[in-house]
Amino acid sequence: MSDTFTEEPLSRAVSATSAERSEPPHTRIEPSKGWISLGLKDLWQYRELLFFLTWRDIKVRYKQTALGAAWAVIQPLFTMLVFTLFFGRLAKVPSDGIPYPLFTYAALLPWQLFAYALSESSNSVVANERLITKVYFPRLFVPLASILAGLVDFVIAFTLVIGMMVWYGVRPTWAVLTLPFFVIFTMVTALGVGLWLSALNVQYRDVRYTLTFIVQFWLIASPVAYSSTLVPARWRALYGLNPMAGVIQGFRWALLGKTQAPGAMLWVSMVVVAVVLVGGLYYYRHMEKTFADVI
Amino acid sequence: MTDVAIRCEGLAKQYRIGERESYKTLRDVITDAFASPLRRLRSALGHSSNGSASSEKPNIWALNDVSFEIKRGEVVGIIGRNGAGKSTLLKILSRITEPTDGHADIWGRVGSLLEVGTGFHPELTGRDNIFLNGAILGMRRSEIARKFDEIVAFAEVERFIDTPVKRYSSGMYVRLAFAVAAQMETEILLVDEVLAVGDAQFQKKCFEKFRQISTGGRAILFVSHNMAALRTVCQNAIVLDHGGVIDRGEVNSAVDRYLSRLNGESGAVQTVETNSFLIEEVLVTSSEGPIIKTFDDIEIRIKFTSKVDIREPGLYVGIRTLENQRIAGLDFRDFQTAPLIHAGETVEMGFRVTEIPFLPGDYELELHLKDMAEHRIEIVPCAYPFQIAETPIYGARKLDSWFGHVGLNAVSILKQNRSKPDSSSMAACE
Repeated sequence: MSDTFTEEPLSRAVSATSAERSEPPHTRIEPSKGWISLGLKDLWQYRELLFFLTWRDIKVRYKQTALGAAWAVIQPLFTMLVFTLFFGRLAKVPSDGIPYPLFTYAALLPWQLFAYALSESSNSVVANERLITKVYFPRLFVPLASILAGLVDFVIAFTLVIGMMVWYGVRPTWAVLTLPFFVIFTMVTALGVGLWLSALNVQYRDVRYTLTFIVQFWLIASPVAYSSTLVPARWRALYGLNPMAGVIQGFRWALLGKTQAPGAMLWVSMVVVAVVLVGGLYYYRHMEKTFADVI
Repeated sequence: MTDVAIRCEGLAKQYRIGERESYKTLRDVITDAFASPLRRLRSALGHSSNGSASSEKPNIWALNDVSFEIKRGEVVGIIGRNGAGKSTLLKILSRITEPTDGHADIWGRVGSLLEVGTGFHPELTGRDNIFLNGAILGMRRSEIARKFDEIVAFAEVERFIDTPVKRYSSGMYVRLAFAVAAQMETEILLVDEVLAVGDAQFQKKCFEKFRQISTGGRAILFVSHNMAALRTVCQNAIVLDHGGVIDRGEVNSAVDRYLSRLNGESGAVQTVETNSFLIEEVLVTSSEGPIIKTFDDIEIRIKFTSKVDIREPGLYVGIRTLENQRIAGLDFRDFQTAPLIHAGETVEMGFRVTEIPFLPGDYELELHLKDMAEHRIEIVPCAYPFQIAETPIYGARKLDSWFGHVGLNAVSILKQNRSKPDSSSMAACE
């Protein structure tokens, strides 16, 4: 494994012995060949930048809007109303014994987080062109920061679901403790796909236009407006190939307790996400050395 | 302990032409995918002779086999024309892009300033941007917090620190950006043309700061087209041309050699042909020395051969900036040196311009050769570059292209209680 920019590990240790003027860190710049490392050391060194990039994305998000952060609630709220009217009332989609508005809102929470994180991260590298062509920092932070920034919307929208649970008298069970896992899993899924798309976007701007379709189709293919129990039991593990199916079913179960635990479907989803993420990380790292030349 | 800060060995960078300008769409890739097997098939069948050259994308070497060493505390200027590879070199050393070949060793943290205000977000306040920009340049949050007041004071934006920077004037914006960057405490600093910002007073402040940084034992690589700035700030210089190092040495002599080479080249363009003329040589020289300075007397000479008889030769010379803005022109009939030119005769026409008022920068000559008797005007299809290298000093500051293109001789009429009340001064207009 040859790192593009190898730092001699000893350089830091020397500073302890030679008090003032220590040997400065050594960096070698050369064409990378073969396997690429993930550059974890760099990520750690620049960790504060991840914070600042996330903070920037959050601060800028609702600048110069009249409604500001209320948008974070308005979007899922109105989607919920539309779904309740058409799927809940008119089509009478079964909702596993939970009031339909709560049923669909509980799914919209992870879905909105995912959809936001996916589109923002996919466009993030191109959107930060100026940064990428003018200064060095770990490129992985660009999609990562845009995904983390989505958490704020999620938290704001989440407050509404608490109110709804009180209103409908739905009490959380111990399963609620697994909720953070599903939130993280949602973001990891978005990161896995986002890494592929953001790196592809640098070379092929088609990604931007494809993205709308991807998000639309993905919403229909995920159990947001309906329950995954609609899928016949023997196909359910296969349904887990869509990682958001496992996530949403799991999220609903963790929050509301009454629906079915995701089970085998979730395991399939986790394997899929692991493969997509690891592949995405390496693909991204492989492509990032040409970002500045191609973008 | 080594005293070397940067060592490059055989550094090279290849770009595919066109790669930088256009990005591929999926359709191009798909059409390529279908077209290239066909093309390959065709070339295999022996039709390669005409198609292969145009279908293969040519590569250019932005940098080729660049080797040098820079010691700690050394301030090195990088000189070269546009496209010589200066920016590519800085981009490789700051790890923005990867070299195609060779390697560089760097001892110390690298701070790069390839642009002023990288990562500034217009919606954020000055305060927010200081932290964001600092983090992007590799500074710690604690470090930025400690220097915050100093940055604000340096940038002179105290009153607007909580205003979004999109409401800043461009001067304030640039001052704030430079103030953050000036606080970088890395062992190695890579700087690209950033001193060409702000008003005269702020520029002076930047120079001062710059000199202060360089005395702290840090290595600085400084790319600039501003020869005066290079001479002030740097000790040594590296001259790049077509991606290779062609000269290296003490800054003043390296700059002189570079400039005289540039001026020598302005006449060395190969023969250009129009309908009735062969233009062999166009020279722009100063009567004062190897380089042209503002207010020098210059001579413009054109050597050409006529293919037909010219009864009444005429010459038009225009002077343009590299942005194609014509700033001066001369229409000239030279009966004395060439009353009549016979077919096949080689003649030299030219004239002297006294006190050329242009400020330092790159300029181009455009030429029309004429036969007034026939009302024939032939435009020479090529521009001849020349450079005004320096300008007389006024006060603490030299005039450069920031002041426009034309230098004006002006005399102060303000009465002051100084020892020299009638000191002449210079102003400039665009």
